[in-house]
Amino acid sequence: MMLDSLDLMILSTGALVAVSGAMLGTFLVLRGQAMSGDAISHAIVLGIVLAWMLTGARAGPVVVLGAALAGMAAVLLAQALSRSGLMGQDAATGLVFPAMFALGVLLINLNARNLHLDIDTVLLGEIGFVWLDTVTIFGLEWPVAGVTLAVVGLLNAGFLLIFWKEQKIAAFDSGLAAALGFRPHVMGLGLLALTAVTAVASFDAVGVVLFLAFLIVPAVTGQLVAASVGGIMVLAMLSGVVSVGAGYAAALTWDVSIGGAMAVATAGGLVLALVLSPRSGVVAALIRRRAIRLEALVATLLTHLAAHENTPRQAEECSTGALVEHLGWEKGAAQTVVLAALDRGVIARANEELALTEAGRALARAAAARTDRRRLFAAQRGDG
Amino acid sequence: MLNPTLITVILAASMIGALAGVLGSFLVLRGQSLLGDVISHAALPGVVGGFLASGGRGFVAILAGALISGALAGLVVQLLRRGAGVKADAALGTVLSLFFAAGVVLLSVAQLRSGAAGLTVFLFGQAASVLRADLMPMALVAGLVLGGVVLLWKEFHLISFDREAAQAQGLPVSLLETVLTVLIAVAIVLGLALAGVVLMVAMLIAPAVAARQWVRGLMPMVLLAAVFGILAGAAGAVISAQGHGVATGPVMVLCATALTAVSLLLAPERGIVARWTRQRRARRSLHGRQVLAALQGLSQAHDDPSYASAEGMLNAYLGASSQPVLDRLKGRGFIRQAAKMEPELGKDRRWELTDAGVLHLENKDETQ
Repeated sequence: MMLDSLDLMILSTGALVAVSGAMLGTFLVLRGQAMSGDAISHAIVLGIVLAWMLTGARAGPVVVLGAALAGMAAVLLAQALSRSGLMGQDAATGLVFPAMFALGVLLINLNARNLHLDIDTVLLGEIGFVWLDTVTIFGLEWPVAGVTLAVVGLLNAGFLLIFWKEQKIAAFDSGLAAALGFRPHVMGLGLLALTAVTAVASFDAVGVVLFLAFLIVPAVTGQLVAASVGGIMVLAMLSGVVSVGAGYAAALTWDVSIGGAMAVATAGGLVLALVLSPRSGVVAALIRRRAIRLEALVATLLTHLAAHENTPRQAEECSTGALVEHLGWEKGAAQTVVLAALDRGVIARANEELALTEAGRALARAAAARTDRRRLFAAQRGDG
Repeated sequence: MLNPTLITVILAASMIGALAGVLGSFLVLRGQSLLGDVISHAALPGVVGGFLASGGRGFVAILAGALISGALAGLVVQLLRRGAGVKADAALGTVLSLFFAAGVVLLSVAQLRSGAAGLTVFLFGQAASVLRADLMPMALVAGLVLGGVVLLWKEFHLISFDREAAQAQGLPVSLLETVLTVLIAVAIVLGLALAGVVLMVAMLIAPAVAARQWVRGLMPMVLLAAVFGILAGAAGAVISAQGHGVATGPVMVLCATALTAVSLLLAPERGIVARWTRQRRARRSLHGRQVLAALQGLSQAHDDPSYASAEGMLNAYLGASSQPVLDRLKGRGFIRQAAKMEPELGKDRRWELTDAGVLHLENKDETQ
């Protein structure tokens, strides 16, 4: 597949959505405000329509301002309602943004003839058509949506670079941030305002709900894998941008919605992280569990050998066969445990007889002493 | 004006409104409102999948598909939270956006088939898309859901208000929660054709929040929420039928939100206006007490029970103009203007406490 300028326009626009979404999403997810992103991205629709009704502008700074104000209003109104004690945070959010979205959709419906804004586009966006609306800069044609997104992306990056430390402390410990004079509340408001602005800029390309996918899913992916804020953000950007490419390829192959395919592709990174992440992945958990089990079995083997050392039945008990017959281990498992113990030099094998080495004996003695202490402690507490 | 189509739509919208009001009450009380949002968004791939599988707009197939994907979404939220330790809101947002995106992809596949034009009504809801033949199965399902709620009323009541007590009584709490979530999912799915996947959550939450303003107790709240749901649904259906091409969902939601806004403002006890008035009255009565206490304090400081304080002195003492408060206190008989004293000190009025004022000041229980 040759990449022509059309592909490049679509891909770069998508990548810009992914990068901005990852930057803001990382902090929103860390702060536990992912659903505020949902509220904002819905509420901006009302702002866009109202700005158009008041000024007649379909795009530009007025629309961005109107939309950002509407997004902030949704979040702040929900906060005020939940603080009034009349309802929970969840109900307040679920009450405010559908109402604003409904009003926006209704106004679009009523003005459909003049507004040229399809309500399906509001929800789904049409990244496939970004090339319809271009602007010439440096003698090259650029999609307007892409240029807007680039500006917004720089704004986001600048804000986060300047307030990196403040945002980080505010996200993890808002009490400490307040004590240090970092104004966590203002930091939170700034984040929400930028989310609203980014949502407006992404709106034409991917629509309301798909923007949410790029805001949240890559950030969650990063959080599953990385342990630092910077790491989470880099991984989120990476996963978002790769999803844009993969989703575009898939959309061309199967002839489906481009924006939808890109958003679905973010799930790929999430599933990969869930399975393979060294921190919290399924595979890592399995490996850890196996390692812990092997450790416990080796300890059991040592105790077993120590118990029968220098007894009349030493020859019979201290063999791999006894592990299978007397301890009920499976043959394969018994061999694995014996090999592991041999590897660590805690036992030695002569013919078929297993014997503790000095190191192994010391370990077994320590384990026995631990058990004794525990028994003693339990007896003293009166329940053993 | 009341043609058969409109009657069908009103009936369907009322049914949906009642069902959403009843089950939304449980969502709101359990603090899970946004789960409703996730389930309704996540129903989209199921709606389109049901369409693709059945090869047409079969009511049952679409309903079943929506239910399956909605329930699956609920399950994935649980998995992400419990299994991978993802925070609640992030898990909700992840599942919502991914399922919806999958729905968008499927929608673009389905649009190549014939008869798919009707599918986009599920985004925002179109009352006209409900056919007369759909009413009976709709009523049947709604009846089953309501029957389930009635049957498990005591259990749902307990897990909504006191989960620990329910566990201590040996109730299968997780199972009951799953059943409740499935019933909620059914209610959501049933309403999708009317309210749309994006806005259905408001039909669940708004009537419940509104009802909670007026009544106490689960039973009255659920019943009133059902009434509000019916009102919003029917009004939304009728109003949206007036304009051509106006989606029903937004109008229904705006009706429900208007009801909620009125309830939030005007409800007698929990209403914002009532609260504000109470606070204002309390503050005013506090001001009155302050002035009375100042008068008493000044007379005690002068060892003169009938000492009359000049208004200017009171103003300086309280740091504010006390004139309106003094007039009010005089009107209620707590203070009286003292006789003028020679030599006249300026034009200040002079005030002393009446017996009623002393009594009022001593009687601390009385707040009026």
